[in-house]
Amino acid sequence: MARSPDQTDTLLQIGFAALLIAGIVAPLVAYPTFLMKLLCFALFACAFNLLLGFTGLLSFGHAAFFGGAGYVCGFVVKEWGWTPELGVLAGTAVAALLGFAFGSLAIRRSGIYFAMITLALAQMVYFLALQLPFTGGEDGLQGVPRGYLFGLIDLSDNMAMYYFVFLLFVAGFALILRTIHSPFGQVLKAIRENEPRALSLGYDVDRYKLLAFVISAGLTGMAGATKTLVFQLASLTDVHWHTSGEVVLMTLLGGLGTALGPVVGAGIVVTLQNELADKVGSWVSVIMGVIFVICVLAFRRGIVGEMQALGKRLGISE
Amino acid sequence: MEIFGIPLRGLAGQLLIGLINGSFYAVLSLGLAVIFGLLNIINFAHGALYMMGAFLAWIGLTHFGINYWAALLLAPLLVGLLGIVIERTLLRWLYQLDHLYGLLLTFGLALIIEGLFRYYFGISGETYEVPEALQGGVDLGFMFLPLYRGWVVLASLVVCLATWFIIERTKIGAYLRAGTENPKLVQALGINVPLMITLTYGFGVALAGFAGVLAAPILQVNPLMGSNLIIVVFAVVVIGGMGSILGSIVTGLGLGLIEGLTRLFYPEASAVVIFVIMVIVLLVRPAGLFGREN
Amino acid sequence: MERKYIAALLAVSFAALPAAPASAQAKVSDGVVRIGVLTDLSGTYSDLSGQGSVLATKMAVEDFIAAEKPAFKVEVVSADHQNKGDIASNKAREWFEKDGVDMVTDLVTTSTALAVMKIAKEKNRIAIVNGAGSTRITNEDCNDVTVHYTYDTYALANGTGRALVKAGGKSWFFLTADYAFGHSLEKDTMDVVKANGGSVAGSVRHPFPANDFSSFLLKAQSSGAQVIGLANAGNDTINSIKQAAEFGVTPKQSLAGLLMFISDIHSLGLKTAQNMYLTEGFYWDLNEQTRAWSKRFFDRHKRMPTMVHAGQYSSTMHYLKAVKAAGSDDTTAVMAQMKKTPINDFFASKGQIRDDGRMVHDMYLLQVKKPAESKYPWDYYNVRATIPGGEAFQPLSASRCPLIRK
Repeated sequence: MARSPDQTDTLLQIGFAALLIAGIVAPLVAYPTFLMKLLCFALFACAFNLLLGFTGLLSFGHAAFFGGAGYVCGFVVKEWGWTPELGVLAGTAVAALLGFAFGSLAIRRSGIYFAMITLALAQMVYFLALQLPFTGGEDGLQGVPRGYLFGLIDLSDNMAMYYFVFLLFVAGFALILRTIHSPFGQVLKAIRENEPRALSLGYDVDRYKLLAFVISAGLTGMAGATKTLVFQLASLTDVHWHTSGEVVLMTLLGGLGTALGPVVGAGIVVTLQNELADKVGSWVSVIMGVIFVICVLAFRRGIVGEMQALGKRLGISE
Repeated sequence: MEIFGIPLRGLAGQLLIGLINGSFYAVLSLGLAVIFGLLNIINFAHGALYMMGAFLAWIGLTHFGINYWAALLLAPLLVGLLGIVIERTLLRWLYQLDHLYGLLLTFGLALIIEGLFRYYFGISGETYEVPEALQGGVDLGFMFLPLYRGWVVLASLVVCLATWFIIERTKIGAYLRAGTENPKLVQALGINVPLMITLTYGFGVALAGFAGVLAAPILQVNPLMGSNLIIVVFAVVVIGGMGSILGSIVTGLGLGLIEGLTRLFYPEASAVVIFVIMVIVLLVRPAGLFGREN
Repeated sequence: MERKYIAALLAVSFAALPAAPASAQAKVSDGVVRIGVLTDLSGTYSDLSGQGSVLATKMAVEDFIAAEKPAFKVEVVSADHQNKGDIASNKAREWFEKDGVDMVTDLVTTSTALAVMKIAKEKNRIAIVNGAGSTRITNEDCNDVTVHYTYDTYALANGTGRALVKAGGKSWFFLTADYAFGHSLEKDTMDVVKANGGSVAGSVRHPFPANDFSSFLLKAQSSGAQVIGLANAGNDTINSIKQAAEFGVTPKQSLAGLLMFISDIHSLGLKTAQNMYLTEGFYWDLNEQTRAWSKRFFDRHKRMPTMVHAGQYSSTMHYLKAVKAAGSDDTTAVMAQMKKTPINDFFASKGQIRDDGRMVHDMYLLQVKKPAESKYPWDYYNVRATIPGGEAFQPLSASRCPLIRK
């Protein structure tokens, strides 16, 4: 027995409400810095999912936006004394601009070409980050102050910082949800399912793709800029192509094209990295690889996707 | 004699070195192109398998006393066998799906292979000696050319041309090309297409293993030696036009030369020059220099 | 039904979170000194620090307990920072805030060291840097809770540069990794070379990381310089040396490794690395004391110690003795004690920690042996000179550390 749309919506709303509450009380029970990292990556993965899951474009260069925005935010906050919210804004804006540039080039091709073009472009950003004087090269941009939010709230307090990050995450997540459910989002899905058809229906497919790319890049930048504030540093790791690979894994593991999937995926991957690294060393990379392979072979809907499918099969619980 | 303030001797030397590096790009991108042509998969594990070729040569020499020449044959064979196993057990399930899944699966494989080698062999890497017969070098007047480097160019060119010949000029190649266009038709002609696919993948990765053995005496044999190279090779393939056999060979060599020139005139840019060229090519010819628009 | 659903979801989301923190604070008052070894257990630097550093720390703790029979317990925790600044900073915070770690050590790679130093300062705990080499640690970024113990790039550049110029290597050419670290290593060495009457024929910047160095080596070769300074690190250095031999650059021109460890020489092999000059803060085969300690290390690690491993042992011992002498693990008291006490052990003689955090001790100019000279495993170096600590490290007068009032 299938659920009516109303019921589905109610369930979804309950789910989000529960998550919201969990997010609010989480720092009371768990370690806030870890949670902040998790939220940054969750937002990153959600933004990425907007592109891969809802538009069908696999970018292998999102690290450029994530790390690039981190450098921008760190620089304006540290060197120009901007307040943290302006720093995040600057990072987001630059990432969106960069996204526009990348997107304009990459959407000329689709599929694997698209992936490789974004990868190569991101590699250029990596080399720039390595060589430009303000990034500190291999040392990274260190000692970024968290500063005072709006010049008032001291963010060096972990709790204050956490709620700032949480707020940004909720805002970003809401924007993504809004995008998915808007007419614009419907067109994106149409493009994902059948591009020629969308084209023949008169949609300017390239413009839609580009806009999706820019939104995704911008939000990714927001996540990266926030991460810089949390850890008070921007480093090469975040612009390296491994980070681009990681976000693909998070999204895939959680569930492509599901709203909550990337959050779950990011949670699992970040936790694994955090908990496993000390115990297993280089096996982390092997474990990540194995998860990748399993996901691709047997588990393409991801955790949330499989749960949804299971729910659908079983019908609504009585 | 000087050109732009650079002595001609130096220029000739740099061009020759560019050609040497270009032959690595050519062999690696050729393997990718062969695989892409038939399987429509971008083999992200290519760099890891290249690394494996180098390690197999080293393991063979230090633990089993297998010399360089035997390794040049054996290592690609083993890597190719592994490729066949990968294709039979993993890739095979993905042909009905979006090609992107192939990319993701091989990315995962690359992580696994590199992680395992890092675990067992550490990170500093191992040294592989240049084989006895190829030690030393010749003075070309404009530069000292190590014999081994000359051998690298020769061996790569022979392998590249042989591959090109087989695919473009023989019957097997004709089936292969037909299989790329219309697998059902070829199957109907009584050709075992799945087997052909398996062998093609095996051959493609064997080329990566071959390049690995060639590189072993030049570079430190190290678990991460392939992971950065592969990104450059991807760019080479994009520039050449994906799936084009001749394109990948010519582009590989050509980009090696351009990179060499950049190192001479403006070394700071030599890491990005290939990516810059890629962007320009995509703006002018989105399908790549030798690719067909579809 | 709805409520059940919420409860289930909440339960699920909490299950995904790591376990709640157990204890908040720990001082010597709870009877435990906790040392956190934050290092690279799986990446590029895992051979020169990594598990070896964890082992060296544990050996120091065991020896300390056996010899000094302290009233407190000592615990060692270790973690892999994967050479990522954010992971290092996250872990250090967690250790300080949750697990009551008193001192964080090893800290290989500058980006992680700088990140952790800042957190140590914020939380008022101690950081002892052994793995990382940047002079920023005791200059621009210095603070009063950090000790930079084993080496820094200035000492390496200075030791090798000066000694080689004095030995007749007057003209230099630099092969420099094109990023901040390479640039600073190049500049430090150039200054030393010029100050000692040498000249610089030129330099070439290579991308980082790079595989093929032949074009750059060709330039170095045509420069005709006597010495080629390798202002790069790790694999880049190894590949440049290997290819220099291949292209006949060596032995006509000599190579000077500006940041190298015995693990690199081990990996390269003597045949390729022979005759090269380098500076280190420790060599296992210096004297009876170093041999005795290194033998113990070797028995457990199956590799000879690098200078980082030796420094790791020595600094941990020095720290623990200071805690015992101060009778507390209070940061200010322990730092004062550590700076007050000279260090005399197999690693350093009359070593002293300065106000900028720099531990000053003798460095050694080494030349890699020819294969024929090497009599037993790991017999790699001829010690060409001992550089007294006072000359080896950057003088305080040139310090850019705000703590130093001139």
